[in-house]
Amino acid sequence: MTPFSYARAGDAAEALRLGAAGATAYLGGGTNLVDLMRETVARPEALVDVTGLSATIEETDGGGLRIGAAARNTALAEHRAVRERYPMLSRAILAGASAQIRNMATVGGNLLQRTRCTYFYDTDGSRCNKRAPGEGCDAREGFNRIHAVLGASEACVATHPSDMCVALVALDARVHVAGAGGERTVPIADFHRLPGDSPERDTVLAPGELITAIELPALPLAARSTYRKVRDRASYAFALISVAAAIELDGERVGDVRVAFGGVAHKPWRALKAEAALRGGPATPEAIHAAAALEFADAAPLRHNAFKPALAGRTLAAVLGELVKGEAA
Amino acid sequence: MSIVDTVKQGAQGLVQGAMTKLVPLAPDSWIPGGVPDPLIQHKHGLIGTSVSRLDGPLKVQGGAQFAAEFRFENMAYCALVYATIPRGRITAIDGAAAEAAPGVVLVMSHLNAPRMNKPPAFGSSPNGVGPADLTIFQDDRVHWNGQPIVAVLADTQEQADHAAALVEVSYAPEPSTTSLAGAKANGIAQGLFMGQPLLNEIGDAEGALAKAAVKVDATYRTPRHNHNPIEPHAATIAWVGDELVIHDASQMVTQQAQTLGEVFDLAPEQVRLTSPYVGGGFGSKGLWDHQVIGAAAAKMAGRPVRIALSREGVYRVVGGRTLTEQRVAIGASADGRFEALIHTGLSVMTPHNNMPEPFILGTRAGYACPNIKLQVEVAQMNMLANTFMRAPGEAVGTFALESAIDELAEALAIDPVELRLRNEPDKDPTTGLPFSSRHIDTAWRDGAARFGWSDRGAAGTRREGEWLVGTGCATGTYPYYRMPGAEARITLRRDSDGVRALVEVAAAEMGMGTSTTTAIVAAERLGLPLDRVEVAYGDSAIPGAIMAGGSQQTAAIGAAVIAAHNALVAELLTLAGNDSPLAGLSAADVGSEEGGLAKLDDAARRESYGSILARAQRDQVTVTKAGTPPLELMHWSMHSHSALFCEVKVNAVTGETRVSRFLGAFDCGRILNAKTAASQFRGGIIMGLGLALMEETQFDERNGRIMNPSLAEYHLPVHLDVPEIDVIWTDIPDPHTPMGAHGVGEIGITGVGAAVANAIYNATGRRVRDLPITLDKLL
Repeated sequence: MTPFSYARAGDAAEALRLGAAGATAYLGGGTNLVDLMRETVARPEALVDVTGLSATIEETDGGGLRIGAAARNTALAEHRAVRERYPMLSRAILAGASAQIRNMATVGGNLLQRTRCTYFYDTDGSRCNKRAPGEGCDAREGFNRIHAVLGASEACVATHPSDMCVALVALDARVHVAGAGGERTVPIADFHRLPGDSPERDTVLAPGELITAIELPALPLAARSTYRKVRDRASYAFALISVAAAIELDGERVGDVRVAFGGVAHKPWRALKAEAALRGGPATPEAIHAAAALEFADAAPLRHNAFKPALAGRTLAAVLGELVKGEAA
Repeated sequence: MSIVDTVKQGAQGLVQGAMTKLVPLAPDSWIPGGVPDPLIQHKHGLIGTSVSRLDGPLKVQGGAQFAAEFRFENMAYCALVYATIPRGRITAIDGAAAEAAPGVVLVMSHLNAPRMNKPPAFGSSPNGVGPADLTIFQDDRVHWNGQPIVAVLADTQEQADHAAALVEVSYAPEPSTTSLAGAKANGIAQGLFMGQPLLNEIGDAEGALAKAAVKVDATYRTPRHNHNPIEPHAATIAWVGDELVIHDASQMVTQQAQTLGEVFDLAPEQVRLTSPYVGGGFGSKGLWDHQVIGAAAAKMAGRPVRIALSREGVYRVVGGRTLTEQRVAIGASADGRFEALIHTGLSVMTPHNNMPEPFILGTRAGYACPNIKLQVEVAQMNMLANTFMRAPGEAVGTFALESAIDELAEALAIDPVELRLRNEPDKDPTTGLPFSSRHIDTAWRDGAARFGWSDRGAAGTRREGEWLVGTGCATGTYPYYRMPGAEARITLRRDSDGVRALVEVAAAEMGMGTSTTTAIVAAERLGLPLDRVEVAYGDSAIPGAIMAGGSQQTAAIGAAVIAAHNALVAELLTLAGNDSPLAGLSAADVGSEEGGLAKLDDAARRESYGSILARAQRDQVTVTKAGTPPLELMHWSMHSHSALFCEVKVNAVTGETRVSRFLGAFDCGRILNAKTAASQFRGGIIMGLGLALMEETQFDERNGRIMNPSLAEYHLPVHLDVPEIDVIWTDIPDPHTPMGAHGVGEIGITGVGAAVANAIYNATGRRVRDLPITLDKLL
């Protein structure tokens, strides 16, 4: 760990003022950042603790929810409105990490989790363009079982590890951001980036910008939604594939549907192609498999993750099948 | 002389030579020609009951001091820098920034480390337990990716860690072998284990296989495993005058002290190593580079040093289980009698150690068969020296063998339990020795009844919603060992209530309950209540050398306590003199009971320990005695067994496997402490579930670097992966061992991989021969 200064911000304005200096990082629960600092992957010179900022979960005028960025993961997962109106979000959060980590982790921090690519963590012995831009990528020809099959680049094949964000993407959440130039709102689907030539940037946040809140829109179909995570052990493992989904039937046909995948790309993957293919059609296993195949038509598997596209399709079919039968809502 | 030759001669000289010479000497009470240990007949005492670990309250209250919790005045903290190439030379070390960092005391490397001898490698001398045939911090050579090459001492651990990150190292890489294909291409040699070739050939196995009515012939693969005891390796070290004091986490206390003494040219009495508590060992808590580096840095800095490895550090410094590729071929008659049994294959080790994973050991005494070929060959790779890991050999060897038997049962359409029973040997099929105690048939029948084995269906026929359900079984096996060198010192002290006993053994307690079981056995043997017996252990100042390895410690301690007790009885009779009711009796005529000595066939002739000591005007009496040589091993084929039953659910959508039920029926001689033994069995089974389903070291074959050195990325079972585990045991004493007992530390993991794989086959109809069985292999 590299020496750093520590300050606790009383409000967003103070956080922004303190965070304006170079090489400053905002500290939420620290469940990922502190690990990265211990491994010297992250070397901030200053930490600004923002856990004292708003953690309120409140109704919005439009019938949605506004969640203060300092809300703990546990608080959000257990919030009654979330469990009843957005069950996929509650389930996604509870599928991640451990109870102790969820008690510490904040909602804002969850959005900024960094990849679990082991070459990213190995500061001494491996090359990583995300950690050291231009150095090269040892994962592409190395161990890449947990890596991306969609949207990767020559520079980076890492995946985003969050469960919560997969649900947020399916729910069309909006991220409230404050910066030196004022406040702005970013659709969650645009918040995380694909790696392209600059995999060191996980999100569209500018230096010094601070996440202040997440807003969930009113979304009636989300009341019948779920999250399923497929992994190598029953708990405390990152997703090989995860699916957040909601569906609304119009008679025998799909009225509306939301699908997002985790564990497949550098960002939580909203399956817009699959959704479009399903809308208005039958919710049969065949149709769902075909929709998933369309979504993964451009998949570029690596040596150890060729199972992912098919697994994603099977999991999606099972998840939507359950929702249609009303078993999972 | 090569490491292989060194180890071979050492082991041969030590074990074979010594034992062969000693066989004609006078037998002790439990070896052939003698009578079984009289404690076997004690049916209503402490032995076999459930006794909670005596150190439990101290541990849960945080009062037990582990290696990284000892403190010395003015102590400095150590951080290590690890090599990033698999082989080559260090051309430059730039430590200027580290030296200038806050709190830094010393930056040490081969450039400035004190001159030290090469630690004698494990098995190369009576108590040599060095990690490899390599010097430490003495030259510029890099032998594996991850080798510690620079140590930084600072006033705090955080300062040391920070400074270590500032050290810049330059290398001149040299050609290396880090892939299995490359290792094979370099050449394959016969594997040696404890100096003996891993090779058995009886009859014509290939010929019999070719002619067999029914046969299976397949290749099974097991990956590297790393050690993950909950307590990472650590040592707190000080030089006190010319004495080296080291508080370590050790399962070989005396041997480590003596090996460190050889490194620093110290007499044995100049090294004091203690290890009162160990947070799990599994074969890993021995001497590795870090203790030598810590002691050297302490010497150089003139300050005590604490060196506590990070979890990554454990992966870089402490070896694990190496990979195997195993062929198992079985030829059988139509009624299931084995005609040919072939278990051969390859294991990988390094140029600087000799530890092939001896996966045929469990096959040697497994099944009756007239034509047997067993062989382990080795190839070499540039990597960290691999080492012992819970049931080395059997843990992965039983996966291959017991999977193959399941495949054969399917081919023969014979129930796999019945097939195993049909091939029970009446004597050891490779040595011809009689078995000392073998009741695996009882374990199979008891286990099958309790598990409900007869309800089993054909493969792929049971389904609950998305879940495919199946059951499988396998045999586990591990030998009874007893190593020479154990001593026990018993001191009886008078106090106002009678006497108290102190039993000192140079043993190691890794959390498995050795100190508690030793107290139970000693109390019963001495005829004293448990609370009147204190056990001291884990200290090189105690005479003798006892290793917590090979599941032999309980037997080694037991034999030493028997010997010391015999000496104590003789000494007490001498002290008793002519005025005692015991006057005129010889040691063979008396035993211990109810706080004193009594004539065996006339309990009225007795005198309490306190009375004997009082009359002799003695406050205490002390005897020290070594256990007799392990002659029983020369006369009997001695093994523990288990019959394992597993139920799994495999998700038809995702391929995820969840173990839903597990039962282990064990045949391990007499169980000494039901509670701690059950924990050993369950712990071994849980470790076996990890072996079956998730454990795998990601060794990057491009450069030999371990890529998942953390508990987040190296998967072990979590609570949700572990079902209720039922364990039962035959509890039939082995008449040829101390207390009738066998060690139970390693048997638990053996066979589990196959039981899970066989259950997965029964659930899905898919045979996976490549561990771990991850979901992608079942899609």
